[in-house]
Amino acid sequence: MQISTPKQLKELQQKFQDKDNKLVKKIIVCHGPGCLASGAEKIFEEFQQVLSKKKIKGVTLEALKKTGCHGLCEKAPLVAIEPAGILYTRVKPRLVEDIIEKTVKNDEVIPELLYQDPETKKRVEKYRDIKFYSHQTRIALRNLGHINTADIEDFIRVGGYQAMAKAITKMTPERIIDEVTKSGLRGRGGGGFSTGRKWATCRKVKDDTHYVICNGDEGDPGAFMDRAIMEGDPHSVLEGMIIAAFAVGARSGYIYVREEYPLAVVNLQIAIEQAREYGLLGESIFGTDFSFDIQINRGAGAFVCGESSALMKSVAGEVGEPRAKYIRSVVKGLYDKPTVLNNVETFANVPVIIDRGAKWFTGIGAPKNSGTKAFSLVGKVRNTGLIEVPMGTSLREIIYDIGGGLIDGRPFKAVQTGGPSGGCLPDSLLDSPVDFDSLTKAGSMMGSGGMIVMDDRTCMVDVAKYFLSFLVSESCGKCNPCREGLYQLYKLAVKVSEGRAEEDDLEKMEKLSDMIIIGSLCGLGKSGPNPFLSTVRYFREEYLAHIKEKKCPAGVCRELIRFEINDKCDGCTACILACAYNAITGKKKEPHVINQDLCTHCGACVTVCTRNAIDVI
Amino acid sequence: MVNITINGKLVQAYEDEMLLTAIRRENIDIPALCHHEAVEPYGACRLCMVEITKDEWDGWKNHVTSCLYPVEEGLIVNTHTPTVIELRKTILDLFLAGSPRSTVIRKLAAEYGVTKTSYEEVPDGTDCILCGLCTRVCDKMGFSAISAVNRGHGKEIAPPLNEPPPDCVGCLSCAYICPTRYIKFTDDGKTRKIWGRKFKLLHCEKTGQPTITEEFARYLVKNRQIPEDYFKINDLSHRKELALKMGEITQWGREE
Repeated sequence: MQISTPKQLKELQQKFQDKDNKLVKKIIVCHGPGCLASGAEKIFEEFQQVLSKKKIKGVTLEALKKTGCHGLCEKAPLVAIEPAGILYTRVKPRLVEDIIEKTVKNDEVIPELLYQDPETKKRVEKYRDIKFYSHQTRIALRNLGHINTADIEDFIRVGGYQAMAKAITKMTPERIIDEVTKSGLRGRGGGGFSTGRKWATCRKVKDDTHYVICNGDEGDPGAFMDRAIMEGDPHSVLEGMIIAAFAVGARSGYIYVREEYPLAVVNLQIAIEQAREYGLLGESIFGTDFSFDIQINRGAGAFVCGESSALMKSVAGEVGEPRAKYIRSVVKGLYDKPTVLNNVETFANVPVIIDRGAKWFTGIGAPKNSGTKAFSLVGKVRNTGLIEVPMGTSLREIIYDIGGGLIDGRPFKAVQTGGPSGGCLPDSLLDSPVDFDSLTKAGSMMGSGGMIVMDDRTCMVDVAKYFLSFLVSESCGKCNPCREGLYQLYKLAVKVSEGRAEEDDLEKMEKLSDMIIIGSLCGLGKSGPNPFLSTVRYFREEYLAHIKEKKCPAGVCRELIRFEINDKCDGCTACILACAYNAITGKKKEPHVINQDLCTHCGACVTVCTRNAIDVI
Repeated sequence: MVNITINGKLVQAYEDEMLLTAIRRENIDIPALCHHEAVEPYGACRLCMVEITKDEWDGWKNHVTSCLYPVEEGLIVNTHTPTVIELRKTILDLFLAGSPRSTVIRKLAAEYGVTKTSYEEVPDGTDCILCGLCTRVCDKMGFSAISAVNRGHGKEIAPPLNEPPPDCVGCLSCAYICPTRYIKFTDDGKTRKIWGRKFKLLHCEKTGQPTITEEFARYLVKNRQIPEDYFKINDLSHRKELALKMGEITQWGREE
C-alpha cells in the first residue's frame, strides 16, 4: 500500500475511521512502562480469550486496544472503557471476565476498580474527572492511551501523517521553519534552544548532505517520557522527523535509542517498516523529489551519550565523548555534516504545530515558553505517572493537584527537577512556574522532564551525594574538571554525610563547583555541581547540622544516626526477627534493646515495627 | 590573516589556526598537557583555557580551551586573569590528587603554587592523566591498538579486553608522546616489550645495530610504500639512496 498523494491519505483515514466507528465500545489496555511491569500483557491476553469466547454485539477483538502509557502509573495496570471514559485501576487477570460481563456488555460500573480520590475518598467513574487528568494538556502525548502502539492504521485514523502531507505538498521548507520558529517551540531535551532557529541554521549550511537525528537516549533517573512516546506512539516521532528532514534538506535520519529501551527499538522498527510500506519513508515521498529514510542506532548504556556531540560520535562508531562545540553541530555534526538533533518529545510536538499553526501553539503555555512539557512525576507523591502540562504551570499544581499531594500526607521537603544535574527546589518555590527560564533562575533546570518529589524523611546531603555519585560514574571521563572535580566534590559530600567535614569544607565545595562549571567541556560537567549547589543554597542549615552538630536531621545518613527503642515497645519480637545482625535482644512482651555495636542502621526494624517504637536519633 | 588582541597586544594570526598556536607564538607560557601539534586538538586537560571577549559582546566574557578555539577577527584574549589562574590551580590540584608521584605534574603544579593537593588523594592513582595523546597518536599512525575504556572516574587507557593488543606494532609512539612518561616499555636491543607484547627487533646487516620491530617494518612496507630493504642496513649512504627512490615513488608512483 503506497500512498502517493495527500488525497489518498485522506481517503485512507476515512476508511479507518469508518471501520472504527463500527465499534460500539473500546477496551483500552495500557501498555505503558508502568502497566507492562505490572502485568498488562497477561490482562490483554485474558481479554482476548474472554472476548473471543463471548459474542457481544459491536465489540469484536478489534475493540481491544494495546495503547501507550495512559499516565496514572501509580495505579497500574490500567484498563479504560471508551467512549464512556471509565478507568479501572489495579486490574488483575481474574477480574477481566467481570469487566466484560458487567461494564462492556451491560454498562455497569464496578466501583471497587475505580480510582479513589485520596482526599474525599470518593470513587471517580470517569478518568477525565480525576484531577490527575483534568489538569493536564496533552500535545506530545496526545495519542498515548488512545491508539494502538506501532499501528500505522490507528495512527492514520486519528489524523497521523496529515501534517507531514501538508508540509511536503503545500509548504516550502522556509515556511515550515518559519512556522516552527514562530511557535516558539524550544528543545524538550532540556537545552531549551529554539527548534526553528536550529533548523534554519542547519538549512543555511551549504553541503550535499544534511542529517536529522532524534535523541532517544533519555537517561535521567526516574524519567520515562521519551520512552513512553517511542514505545506508545512511534509514528509521531517519525512524522516530526520527516517534517524536519524536508525542512533542512536531509535524506537520512537516525534515532538513537538507549540500550535499556528494547521495546522502544522494537516498536520504532515496526513503525519505520510500516511507514516504508506506505511510502511515507523512502524515495520520492508523495511523488515529490524529497526522499528520506530513518535508521535506528542503539546506545550502549552510557548516560553521557545523550549529550549531542557524544551521541553523534557514538552513532559514527567512535568512543562516546563530547567535543567542544565552538563549531556547532548544525554546522558540523554527524560525520562532520550539518546535523539537526532534537529530542523525542520535540519531534512529537512538530506535527501538531504544522497542523494547527504557530498561533495556536503560542496560545498555550507561558511567555517565551510556549506549549506544554511532559514530566514523569515520581517520588513520594500519591499519583506517580506520566503527565503533560502547559508551560508555566506551578510546581504546586503539579504536585498537589495532579500528583494528589504527598504519600501519607507527609510534609513536602523538595522537588528535584532536571535529572541528575538538575537541582532541588524547596517549598518556598512551590508557586513558581515550571518553564525553562524560571527553573534555571531558581538554580535547577528543566532537563528532559524528570520530577522527583521528596518528603521530610529525605536528607538533602544524601540526595546531593546520590546524584553526584551518579555523575561521577556517568561522566565520560574525558576532561579533568568533570572527571576529577566531580569525584572530589562527591568525596567531600561523603565527608559531610559521615560527619567528618569542617565548616570550611562547604566553602571549598562551592569554590570547586565554580571551577568545574567554568572548566568543564560539556553540559554534563558544567551542570554537574548543581545537585550540591542547589541543595546547599536552599538547605544550608541541613549541611551545617551534619558538620557542626554531627547530626542528620532527616535521620538518613547512617554514620550520624542511632536507632533506639522507646517505651512504646510491646515486645512483639518483629524487629528481632527482622534484624539480620542479631543486634536486637529482648523477651516476648518485654521491651527490646538494640546493641549499638552490632547495629548497621539498615532500618529493617523501623520498617517492621507497627507501634512507632523505634526512634531514629 | 586575522587581528586579535592577546594580553593587550594587537597581533596577527593565520586564519583557521587555533588560539593556542597564536598565543604560543607570542612566547606566552600557558600549560597544556593534552596538546601536541602532531595530532588533532582534544581539549581534555583544560589547562590552556583562556578568557575571551569581543568589543561587540557588551562585556560578556567566556572561558574557552585555546587549543580548540579557532582564531576570529577582533578576539580579545587574556591568558592570565585571576579566574584563569584559579582554574589552572584547581585543575593542577586535582591532577596532583590523582597522580601524586608524577614529577611532571608536581613540577607544573608547583609553578602555580600547588605543592600538595588540597583534596583526598585518589586510591590507586597512577601517573596517567588521560590526556588521550597515546590513543590519538596510535589512531593517527593507523593502528588503533589502544583505546580509552570505561567511563567516569574509572576511565583508563588499555588494549582491547586488557590483553596484549594484536594491532600494536611496537612503534613506541604512545610511550614517546606520553607527557607523564606513564607508558612503560623495555628494549634490550633484541626484543621490545610494550602493552604486554613482545616484539623482535630488526638489526642492521652491516653494523648489527637494532632498528625497528619486524611488525613496524612490515607495516611501513605495506602501507607507506617504503622499500623492503630500507630497514636492512642502518647506514646513512644506503638510506639516502633509498630515500631518493622513495621520493620518486611518492612523486610519481602514488599519485592516484
